[in-house]
Amino acid sequence: MAEELLLSGNEAIARGAYEAGVRVATAYPGTPSTEILENIVDYKEDIYCQWSPNEKVAMEVAIGAAFGGVRTLVAMKHVGLNVAADPFMTLSYTGVRGGLVIVTADDPSMHSSQNEQDNRHYARFAKVPMLEPSDSQEAKDFVGYALDISEEFDTPVILRVTTRISHAKTVVEPAKREEQPVPEEFEKDPEKFVMVPANARKRHPIVEDRLEKISQYGEEASINQVEKNSHQLGVITSGISYNYVKEVFSGASILKLGLSYPLPKQKIKNFAKQVDKIYVIEELDPFLENQIKAMGIEVIGKDKLPAIYEFNTKIIRDSLLEEQEELEVEPVEDLPPRPPALCPGCPHRGVFYTLNKLGVAVTGDIGCYALGVVPPLSAMDTVVCMGASVGNAFGMELALGDKIKGDIVGVIGDSTFMHSGITGLIDIMYNKGASTIVILDNRITAMTGHQENPVTGKTLMDEETVCIDLAELSTALGVKEENVRTIDPYHLKATNNAIKEELAKDEISIVVAQRSCALLKSVDFKEPYYVDSDKCKDCGQCLDLGCPAIVKEDGKAKINDYLCTGCGVCTQVCSFDAIVREGDNDE
Amino acid sequence: MSNTTNIMLAGVGGQGILLASEVISKAALKEGFDVKKSEVHGMAQRGGSVVSNVTYGEKVYSPLIAKGEADLLLGFEPLEALRWGYYLKSDGAIITNTQRIDPLPVAAGKIEYPDNVIDRLKTIGQQVISFDALQLARDLGNQRVVNTILIGKFANFSDISNGSFKEIIAENVPPKTVELNLKAFEVGNEQE
Repeated sequence: MAEELLLSGNEAIARGAYEAGVRVATAYPGTPSTEILENIVDYKEDIYCQWSPNEKVAMEVAIGAAFGGVRTLVAMKHVGLNVAADPFMTLSYTGVRGGLVIVTADDPSMHSSQNEQDNRHYARFAKVPMLEPSDSQEAKDFVGYALDISEEFDTPVILRVTTRISHAKTVVEPAKREEQPVPEEFEKDPEKFVMVPANARKRHPIVEDRLEKISQYGEEASINQVEKNSHQLGVITSGISYNYVKEVFSGASILKLGLSYPLPKQKIKNFAKQVDKIYVIEELDPFLENQIKAMGIEVIGKDKLPAIYEFNTKIIRDSLLEEQEELEVEPVEDLPPRPPALCPGCPHRGVFYTLNKLGVAVTGDIGCYALGVVPPLSAMDTVVCMGASVGNAFGMELALGDKIKGDIVGVIGDSTFMHSGITGLIDIMYNKGASTIVILDNRITAMTGHQENPVTGKTLMDEETVCIDLAELSTALGVKEENVRTIDPYHLKATNNAIKEELAKDEISIVVAQRSCALLKSVDFKEPYYVDSDKCKDCGQCLDLGCPAIVKEDGKAKINDYLCTGCGVCTQVCSFDAIVREGDNDE
Repeated sequence: MSNTTNIMLAGVGGQGILLASEVISKAALKEGFDVKKSEVHGMAQRGGSVVSNVTYGEKVYSPLIAKGEADLLLGFEPLEALRWGYYLKSDGAIITNTQRIDPLPVAAGKIEYPDNVIDRLKTIGQQVISFDALQLARDLGNQRVVNTILIGKFANFSDISNGSFKEIIAENVPPKTVELNLKAFEVGNEQE
């Protein structure tokens, strides 16, 4: 027996891909899915892997690889599947050749997401089978299992995990890699792979028939487990909820659905006959519950259990058991909150400080810089989804015309611009808009923990590659050269002037605010600053920057030398030259 | 549930909480326990409130500790210990660092940092042990070993052997700092 490992669900999925003979893996980073590809890259000798500019492209590359005949994995967070939904829905019709597993990492409770959608609906929507692991061991094993089902039934398979699977570490027993053969050539079959209407019409009945066959398969498959216990209570569950059920109802009979779509109807009916009462325990939507109720089986579920946020044992106990547990210790109210903040030395701070002072409307986007909404910067008015800021800014211009002219800025990160901001820019160009877009180019995909992207010059597998120049790209799309500016956001005056000048123009402008993320290893911190208390007038201007290194102590501003990166932005907001560093006076 | 030990670690992003929970989890695995560990990353890794759950025992199901079910709360910062205190069982213990880190609204002078945090913790935990791990770390010459010092103190309370902790610490910290971290573990271990 190999040594047991303590792996997160994401690490386990990577291990599972390796063991199952996957040869191609693609993704766009997104919490809680990011570490899947970050761990697959450890196997780059055996698995080609890449960050794609967005999930749709990641899906399309994965589809090509599977059509080519090798085992393939594509991973994304729940909202990523929205981006990739177009190719995904048709992939259901074409089916695959090499196995293809699509990992969707849902985020109940929205620990780091803009919504809480339950992606199990995508399995039903696209009519593809779905597996739901309940711990890391299953997360690993189910990758291989999903690929087997994919190849046996000629279908993509969804592996649906949630934050508590992705980011929880549990014990895993690793195994050896099983190599899969690579076909000699691409075997042409336009009726299967070319979805013109005449072919697609022939494929739809195949999809329906396939679903029925997989449902039959699920009746016997050991992945749908019955744990026979008390006949008084039966619980039907899947995914992470299984663990909470095991703790709360240790004596109950359990039907654990590892293959949770399509449902094994006969198995469910048989289970229902053997128990007096049934709970369906699942996070978020009544996905299993509604289907089971539609079979005419009486169950207790969302009428008692919450349909929002993630579960834990207490929520299940309090919802379903008669006696409510009193909390022995009440939460302490009125404690100071500890909101996340842009890091000390973050280059975005200068831009948001400037936008706040300018008092303009700001359409924002997904990334670290979404923290620009937090006081005292308070410089962001909308955030919808990846890439939306560019289109949102143009739409607001269209709505308000002269009333908002020169008063609206769209902000977007470098990676997000590559992801889906670029098409928004093309739209503004094409439809003759005059928006001002600030690209917050910190040379990395920062929010998810520093992944390479098309502006960084490196691939996931650490190879040198082209480095896309955002300013040149903008001019290539038709933005006038004089309306494309690259500025250093550490210089507040230059930032302010550039944004102000571009806002005054009646044409589309791009301001590239370029400065590396302060946390990049390649960035050297400079000598920290300190506040000269003789000069400090206690005006509080420096505190408006929201820099975690600047604190107020006994009424005076102080700089924490451990946190200060020496970026010097605060020296530019102090009217009394009170922020200095060693050696300043010698100059 | 009754045969598992639930440890909750709470503090501020950047204090090494995730590494500490990794060390505790791996040491428990080394002792032959089943282990589950859970935390949330993504937003707020720097300066935000961070909490991590470690559960070990003969067989562990839930990776998430529910309110009122933690056996021990390991606080890296007093305010964060107080914030998460309601997860503690009535007979639970608290070990906390007394190093105060001001949240941004406090640093900006908008809200006051609460008074008597340690005294308030004493109304929550059956046993409360508090000490300045930052000062101890500085005495050792590196303020980054606060987390290892806290692990050292935690080791007194756990049924995991010091040997397992030390082996795991040696495997999981940067090679250059192994000796320093082992020393830090001992300093925590010997803390009253």
